[in-house]
Amino acid sequence: MTAPTLEQPTPAEPAPAAKPRRRLTGGGLLRTYTWLIIAWLALPILVMIMFGFNDTKGRYNQTWNGFSLKWYGRLFELDDLTKALVASLLVAAASTVISGALGTGIGYALGRYSFRGSGAMNLVMFAAIASPELVMGSSLLSLFVSLNLGLGAVTVTIAHVMFSISFVAIVVRARVMTLDRSVEEAAADLGATPWVTFWKVTFPIILPAVFSGMLLAFALSIDDFIVTNFTAGTTETFPLFIWGATRVGIPPQVNVWGTLIFGVGVLFAVVSTIRSRQGKRD
Amino acid sequence: MNRMKRQIAPYLLVLPGGLWLLIFFAVPMVTMLSLSLQEGDIVSGYRFTGHWQNYSDALSNYQTQLVRSLVYGVIATVVLIVLSFPVAYWIAFYGGKRKSTYLFLILLPFFVSFVLRTISWRQILTDEGPLLQPLKEMGLLPAEFHILGTSFAVIAGLAYNFLPFMVLPVYVALERIDPRVIEAARDLYASPATSFRKVILPLALPGVFAGVLMVFVPASSDYVNSAVLGSSETTMIGQVIQARFLQTSDLPTASALSFTLMAVLLIGVFAYARALGTEDVMKVAAR
Amino acid sequence: MSASNLPDPSLIRGLTQRRLGRRDALRLSGLSAMGLALAACGVRGTGKPAASVAPDAAAKFWAGKTKTGKLSFANWPLYMDPKRPELARFTKETGIAVSYQEVIQEMGPWFAKVQPQLSAGQSIGFDLMVITNSIQFTQFRDSGFLAPLDHTKLTNYRKNAAPAYAKEAFDPGNVYSVPWTSGITGIAYDPAKVKKPITKLADLWDPAYKGKVGMFSDTQELANFGLMALGIDPATSTADDWKKAAEHLKKQKSDGIVRNYYDQSYVDALGKGEVWITQAWSGDIFQKNVSDGTNFEFVIPEEGGTIWTDNFAIPITATAPVDAMMLIDFFYQVDVAATLAEYINFVCPVPAAQEQITKDAAKLTGEDRAAMEAVASSKLVFPAAEDYAKLHYYVAFDAVAKQNEFQKTFEPIVLG
Repeated sequence: MTAPTLEQPTPAEPAPAAKPRRRLTGGGLLRTYTWLIIAWLALPILVMIMFGFNDTKGRYNQTWNGFSLKWYGRLFELDDLTKALVASLLVAAASTVISGALGTGIGYALGRYSFRGSGAMNLVMFAAIASPELVMGSSLLSLFVSLNLGLGAVTVTIAHVMFSISFVAIVVRARVMTLDRSVEEAAADLGATPWVTFWKVTFPIILPAVFSGMLLAFALSIDDFIVTNFTAGTTETFPLFIWGATRVGIPPQVNVWGTLIFGVGVLFAVVSTIRSRQGKRD
Repeated sequence: MNRMKRQIAPYLLVLPGGLWLLIFFAVPMVTMLSLSLQEGDIVSGYRFTGHWQNYSDALSNYQTQLVRSLVYGVIATVVLIVLSFPVAYWIAFYGGKRKSTYLFLILLPFFVSFVLRTISWRQILTDEGPLLQPLKEMGLLPAEFHILGTSFAVIAGLAYNFLPFMVLPVYVALERIDPRVIEAARDLYASPATSFRKVILPLALPGVFAGVLMVFVPASSDYVNSAVLGSSETTMIGQVIQARFLQTSDLPTASALSFTLMAVLLIGVFAYARALGTEDVMKVAAR
Repeated sequence: MSASNLPDPSLIRGLTQRRLGRRDALRLSGLSAMGLALAACGVRGTGKPAASVAPDAAAKFWAGKTKTGKLSFANWPLYMDPKRPELARFTKETGIAVSYQEVIQEMGPWFAKVQPQLSAGQSIGFDLMVITNSIQFTQFRDSGFLAPLDHTKLTNYRKNAAPAYAKEAFDPGNVYSVPWTSGITGIAYDPAKVKKPITKLADLWDPAYKGKVGMFSDTQELANFGLMALGIDPATSTADDWKKAAEHLKKQKSDGIVRNYYDQSYVDALGKGEVWITQAWSGDIFQKNVSDGTNFEFVIPEEGGTIWTDNFAIPITATAPVDAMMLIDFFYQVDVAATLAEYINFVCPVPAAQEQITKDAAKLTGEDRAAMEAVASSKLVFPAAEDYAKLHYYVAFDAVAKQNEFQKTFEPIVLG
């Protein structure tokens, strides 16, 4: 059940040198094609970034009026937008921490022990991932309405934790399953209690997976629109704000924030990739 | 004593998260099922009467939208298989040391909010926008030509938003293929086409299978793309459900529709799994 | 932080692996059988018929309520100068800090969002909101979600409001609401593209504008135009009239004349050239022209337009209702009403503001003065008696069943 990972060295470079010419043409065509697809993927992102620099005058940021940095200086001008961003961050932080803890518990148990009910747990988790967001959101709304529970940041967080747990659990489980048990046994042989072994030996090993899972949870939460729309009540998050603003014209600050979030995300990913490469080389 | 501890340990670990999923995933499904069988209105309240008619009403009133959503979902999925396979193939076999860089580029859209990406497309595709206006001015397109509001725009939006979900699993499947297997095929004088068809394709199938499952369900139940890029001619069932819940507070109809949608999608997926059929596929997909 | 390495193997594996789930999920569907056990849980309604409000309800609600010094106000977008000069002045005069949020975009979603909190008796986070005379207004009222207003605190309102408002059918005597502003639903068009002046509803059915006409997705707004185009007054229309209007609207759609059915986004569509002629709300077009330098026209069609009212209302769970009352009455000061109308350009509920704006204009020069004078003499802000004669009220529903029938008649047109 273990999957080869991307970082495992591939057995050999594919496509042996025997037929270099054919490989070149086919590969060249495919390369162009791939870059076209990448360009297609990047196009709307570029447009979004561009319109953050648009010197628009009115409320409707839709035609190009020349380059300007003014919206970067007026980032915090719109209270509603700032509030929505803060709400998004708070919800994402809370949901990351909670789903990180709960999901790690499940992932560790599933990866480590075989116990009655693990099959059922797997099923529920997979069902939670496989269900359409629309159905999850609307059914949660049904629950909250039936319970006469007011909607707001709390209900949004509950919902986000719900759909994030399974992702964290899966990522952690995968790591736990490939864990080298002999390390733990060695610790036990050296007289460490199970408790100490877990915290001193096992946990540090699975920690990267826990981080991965939490990062995924954060990303899922901060960008979620569908489930949030059903469970937010009058609370606005960043995606909900954008959705609402489409009706009256999206302020350029949204583009600026979108650009900043994009930039930070990319930077984060690039830096960590480089660092992990260096780590491996050492 | 220690053994006891070991036996409860997994349960203790699973309990908090399991309860969370039970209360906020499983129970809501039940309340929604109950709601879908109730009668009344939002002002005077709803009562459970086992009102199955909600289902027949919902189906007869919104059949068009339901069918349309499934059709869009299927088309988007097929389009994505065709678009993604060559990309995944190239990265897996020709990516060399830059594989993760290419994958990263494929994942770029995930760094921008889903809603914002879709709105950005609206800006590009708009009637007098940067794409169409020049063509119209050159006389290549009639003035009334438009993309927004058409099925094409909605399906293109769906394809755009879910592309990475197709590329990734196909890539993972292809990347796992041992090149020696392909070599062996060639050594046995299989033509490139034959070795592709007989060796690579079967081994890639589990990835395609996984990709289909990842794309089809969210695409058919999506409502953002149709709302932003479509028109009343492209209304999808997600929009109807959303509006029934959040516009007209008609909870029973909305719940009945939600349940119907889930049932239809599950049946579709099940039939698909059956058709492709073998346990082998499932097993490999599970790896 | 190598864990965050994006093409993280465990991540990709996670994404791939999870697919197995869908199939297992099938087995899970058996789980819903257990659900039936829980079937008894229903949704409690609040159902206090509002028509029979006890005369002392207001007194009871207001007993012991005092000023808190803090107030949050939920309103629609484009309904106040973004610098919020009126609120700043209010805070200066009363010491009450106002948090103003443009969170209401459509009545349906607004009701759906706050309904759970209100029926649980919880605060919705707002002490004051602006809601339209609509199906949802009735739902708010009949659910007992609106606080009866304390008319003893509305001195400016008594003095300055146009008397006609107290007679509006959705809230006679302004028990629960007083107007924020009214507006007219008419036709907006882009004269650069439509070569002749648009004057009547029939122009919305003109094949010359095939694919370039926008209509509202709100069934009431849409139905009103269908009815009026056939010469039927919406306020007194019958179910038979609705069917005829729906046919007329369906024809408009099947002939390919309608590009799409819009909510507030019609302004954007008009701006992008997606539509040339569209149903529109009066003040929006003015603001669009001011903010974007466009030259769109707004007309009240010959056959008539509709008039609607957006109203101040206090949710029953407001934590600062007294402060909210003060703010409501503040907006009925003639000079405040005047500055608001100058900016938003919707129908002003304070007739005396017209004179005030004329006076304000006299102090200005050049373009500003011309703009201000235009507001003062605008039929859209201060309609004259003959303009009112052309304006119709919305379809009035006396029962939920009627409302459902109406909805069923017109919804299929919008859904496609």
